[in-house]
Amino acid sequence: MKPITPQKKYTNKDFTSNQEVRWCPGCEDYVILSAMQKALPEIGVNKEDIVFVSGIGCSSRFPYYMDTYGVHSIHGRAPGIATGIKLSNPDLSVWITTGDGDAMSIGGNHFIHTLRRNPDLNILLFNNEIYGLTKGQFSPTSKLGLKTKSSPFGNIQDSLSPGELALGAQARFFARVAGNSPKEMMRLFIEAHQFKGTSLIEILQNCVIFNDGCFDHITNRSVKQDRQIYLEHGKPMIFGKERDKGLILKGLKLEVVEIGENGCKEEDLLVHDAKEKDPTLHQMLVRLQNPLATGIIRSVEDETFEDRVTEISRQQRERSKFKNTSDLFYAGETYEVS
Amino acid sequence: MKNQNIKNELKELEEVVIRFVGDSGDGMQLTGSQFSDTSAMIGNDIATFPNYPAEIRAPQGSLYGVSGFQVHIGSIEVSNPGERLDLLVAMNPAGLKTNLDALKPGHALIVDTDAFTKKNLEKARYEKNPLEDGSLDNYRVIKVTMSSLTKEALKEIKGLDNKSIARCKNMFALGMVYWMYSRTTKHTIEFLESKFKNKPEILEANIKILKTGYNYANTLELIPTSYKILPAKMKPGTYRMLMGNTATAWGFLAASEKSGLGLFLGSYPITPASDILHELVKHDQFGVTSFQAEDEIASITAAIGAAFAGKLAITTTSGPGMALKAEALGLAMIIELPLVVVNVQRGGPSTGLPTKTEQSDLLQAMYGRSGESPLIVIAASTPSNSFYYAYMACKLTLEFMTPVILLSDGYIANGSAPWKIKTVDDLPEIKNHLIKEKNDQWHAYQRDEQTLARTWAIPGTPGLEHRVGGLEKDSKSGNVSYNPQNHEFMTKLRAEKINRVQQVIPKLETEFSESGDLLVVGWGGTYGVLQAAVKEMKEVIGCDQIGFVHFNYINPLPINTEEIFKNFKKVIVCELNSGQMVKILKSNFNQIEFLQYNKIQGLPFAKSELVQEFKRILEK
Repeated sequence: MKPITPQKKYTNKDFTSNQEVRWCPGCEDYVILSAMQKALPEIGVNKEDIVFVSGIGCSSRFPYYMDTYGVHSIHGRAPGIATGIKLSNPDLSVWITTGDGDAMSIGGNHFIHTLRRNPDLNILLFNNEIYGLTKGQFSPTSKLGLKTKSSPFGNIQDSLSPGELALGAQARFFARVAGNSPKEMMRLFIEAHQFKGTSLIEILQNCVIFNDGCFDHITNRSVKQDRQIYLEHGKPMIFGKERDKGLILKGLKLEVVEIGENGCKEEDLLVHDAKEKDPTLHQMLVRLQNPLATGIIRSVEDETFEDRVTEISRQQRERSKFKNTSDLFYAGETYEVS
Repeated sequence: MKNQNIKNELKELEEVVIRFVGDSGDGMQLTGSQFSDTSAMIGNDIATFPNYPAEIRAPQGSLYGVSGFQVHIGSIEVSNPGERLDLLVAMNPAGLKTNLDALKPGHALIVDTDAFTKKNLEKARYEKNPLEDGSLDNYRVIKVTMSSLTKEALKEIKGLDNKSIARCKNMFALGMVYWMYSRTTKHTIEFLESKFKNKPEILEANIKILKTGYNYANTLELIPTSYKILPAKMKPGTYRMLMGNTATAWGFLAASEKSGLGLFLGSYPITPASDILHELVKHDQFGVTSFQAEDEIASITAAIGAAFAGKLAITTTSGPGMALKAEALGLAMIIELPLVVVNVQRGGPSTGLPTKTEQSDLLQAMYGRSGESPLIVIAASTPSNSFYYAYMACKLTLEFMTPVILLSDGYIANGSAPWKIKTVDDLPEIKNHLIKEKNDQWHAYQRDEQTLARTWAIPGTPGLEHRVGGLEKDSKSGNVSYNPQNHEFMTKLRAEKINRVQQVIPKLETEFSESGDLLVVGWGGTYGVLQAAVKEMKEVIGCDQIGFVHFNYINPLPINTEEIFKNFKKVIVCELNSGQMVKILKSNFNQIEFLQYNKIQGLPFAKSELVQEFKRILEK
C-alpha cells in the first residue's frame, strides 16, 4: 500500500507541462486540453497519481502537454499499456487519449476487449472522422462518399459508430460531447473519473485542416440545441431551443414529438435511465441521428477488472501453502543425492 | 529367441534410451514422464524429449497423429535425450512405422498386438502385418495383447465405460517397462492417487493395470533379461525433475522475490510457450499478476505499462508472436524500461512447425525491429538452466533498464532434467534504478554512469511526473527532440548501454581442450547433444585436439570470444537453422574462418551426425 499523502489543492496551471503545444491553430484539441486541465483540480487526486496514456495521432500528443505521468506509445496500443499500469497500481487515475484512427482502426481489437474487461480507465475518443497527423486520409468513422487524399472519388467504406461498437462490447459507461462544448466536457471528465469501470467519452472534434465543419450541422451554435439532445439521468428526454421537443418510444423506434402538438405532454416523454443494465434503449439513443444524443448515455456500475484480479490474488494467498519460492521449489517430489 | 530359457537374468547398464509411441490420445506423454520421474527418484541422470503432433486428437491410428516420448537415463552423465533406442514401446502400427528406424538392431520392441487390426494397418500404410511378415526379425519383438489383457483385468471393476478401460492400457506398458528396468511402481501409484483422488474407480483401474503389466513382464518368458541402472554421480544436494518451461517460470519467480518487485506477466497462448503462462497463473501468492491478453501486442504493451508502473514485467511467446511484438519492443527499448521477452522458438517461418524445435529466431531477436534498436539477447541451453537464465534476464533488464530477449526452444522447454534446487539465497543480488525523490536537475533520462541505465521514476512518486514516449528524447531534458545531433547521440548511447553489459557477464569457457585443431561452437538448446558429441570424439574416438564452447550470452558476446576462437585451427558453428549465429560471429570477428553445420528439420541434432561431421573435418 502506498502511504497516504495529503490531498493537494491545484489550479489548471499545475497540470500544464512546460512543452509547447503543437496542434494547428483553431484545433478543438485545445478545447479538450483546457477542459481537462480545469477538470483535474476538481477530482481530488494528487497529480503524481494521474497517468495519461496515448497511442499515435494528433490526440495522442495530449500526454506531453499534461504535467502528470504519461506514456505516448504506439499506434492503437494505449489500452494495453493503460491496463498494465492499472493492474500494477489500482490507486492510479489512468486516462487514455485516442482518436478514431487509433481506437477504431488499428487499435480496434484492444478497444473492444478493454471495454468488456472493464478496468477503471477513462478513454477520451477524439473523433474527427479523418486521419489528421498523416495528412488527411479517410478513417473508419469518415462518412460514405467523403473525398480525401486516399479517397479522391469518395469514401466507399461504410463508417463505424464508436458508441454502437462500444455498447456491443459491453461498455458500462458511454458519453458523447461536442468539441465546442467545454463546460459539458469538463463535467463529463469529472463524471468519467468518478465512474468505477471503463468510461468512454466520444468527443466530436473538428479538424480544421482536413475535415473542417464535418460536425457543423450538429454543433454549430445556431443549430446546436435543435440538433442535440443532452441527456441527463432521471430527466425527461427533452430538447430544442424552446425546450419544446422530446423523445418517445413508438414501437421499436424512438420518435421526436413536439410538446403540445397532438395532445403530447411533457409527462409522455421518455425519462433517461443511464443506469439501466439492458442496453437496448441506450443502443437506440446512440444510433439516433437527429437529434444526436449527447451527455451520459450509459452508466452502469459493475465489478472492475482490477477488483477481480485483486480478489483472485487474495484468495490464492489465503489458500496457498507457499510463503516464498523456496517452499515451492522444495514442495512435491524431491530426492537427495549424497 | 535363443535365450528364452534363461529367465530373469539381471544385467547392469550405464545408460538406456527408451521411446514410448502411440496415438495422440494414448497417454504416451504421461507414460514417458512417469518413467522419467521414477528414474529420477532412484538417482539416475535423465534427459527427456517429448515429440507430439500439432493436432490435439489427430484421427486415431494415423501416421501424423503419432505422439512420442523419449527418455534417456543413465548412471553416467546424461546431457541429451539420446538417439538410438534400446527399447521401443509401440501402441499401434502407425507408431511402429514412424519410429522403428531409431531402434537399435537386436533390441527390444514391445507392441500391443491388439492394435494391429486390418484397419489400423491400412491407416499406417502397411500392406502386410509387420508382426507376421518377418520384417521385424532383426529385433526382439515382445508381442503383448495389451488391450484385451487390460479389458480382462478390469471386468470386475464397476462403473467403467469402454473408453476409460481402453485408456488404462498405457499403464500396462509402463508396468512392463518398470519391471524390465528394475523400478518399482511406488512413485506412479502415489501420482495416480493424487491425480484421481476424486475418481476412485479410475484410480483403482489404473493401479490395477500398472501392477498387471508389471507382473505380466515378471512372469513372461519372452522377456529374458531385466536391467539395472545405478544412480548417477551427481553433485550432492536436493534435486527434482524440472521441465524447461517450468524452470523458466520459476526463474522469474525467484527474480521477483530477490528484487522485491512484483512480477507482471502479459501473455497470449502460443505453442510451445504457453506452459510458462500456465505455471505463473498459479502463483498469485508471490505477488504475480498474470494477464492473458487479447493478442500478442496487448500482452507486451500491458507488460510495458506494468514496467512503467514499477513491476518486474515479462511477456512470453514464440516466433510468430515475437513478430507481432516487434513494434512494442522497439518502444520499450527507446523509452528504456525493464522488460523480459521470452521466445520459446519453434520451427518457422510463419506457423511453420508449431510443435517442433528450431533455432531460427536468433536474427529476429537481434535485428527484428524498426530503426537501430539493439537489445540484450541471452539463451538458455538446458531444461534446468532455463531457471538461471530467466533469473539473469531479469537481473540484466533491471540493472541496465533495457529489454532483454531470452531465447529458449521447444526442445528444452518441453524436455525435463534433474534440477539441483536453488533458492534466492544462492542467487546473485539484483539492483534496480527506482528513484523516490527529486534532486535539483532530475529528469527521466538521467543516467547511472556505469551502466548508463536511466532512472526509473514510477507513477505515485510525488515530484517526478514525467512523460515517456516513442518519439526521440533529448539527452539532457528527456523532452521530445528532433535535433539531428541528439538523435545520433541517443542512438549511440542506447547501443553503448548494451556494450556495457559485456563487463558484467561471465567470460566464455571452453570444455575438453583450450586449443587444438577443431573448436565446436553452439548456442542455446543444442548444448546437451553437442557436448555429448565432443565427449565421444575425445573419449571414444581418442581425439584430443577438439574443444567445445557454448554461448548463453549472445548480445553482447562475452569479452574473450575472439581470444578463444584464435586458439583453434578450425572453428565449426553448429545450429538448428541455416547459419544465423555464424553470421553474427563473422560480422564480429572477420579474421576467423568459420565452418558451419546446420540442420533445419524441426528435430534436434543427433549425436552420430555431429561425430561424423567432426571426423570428416578433422580428416581433411
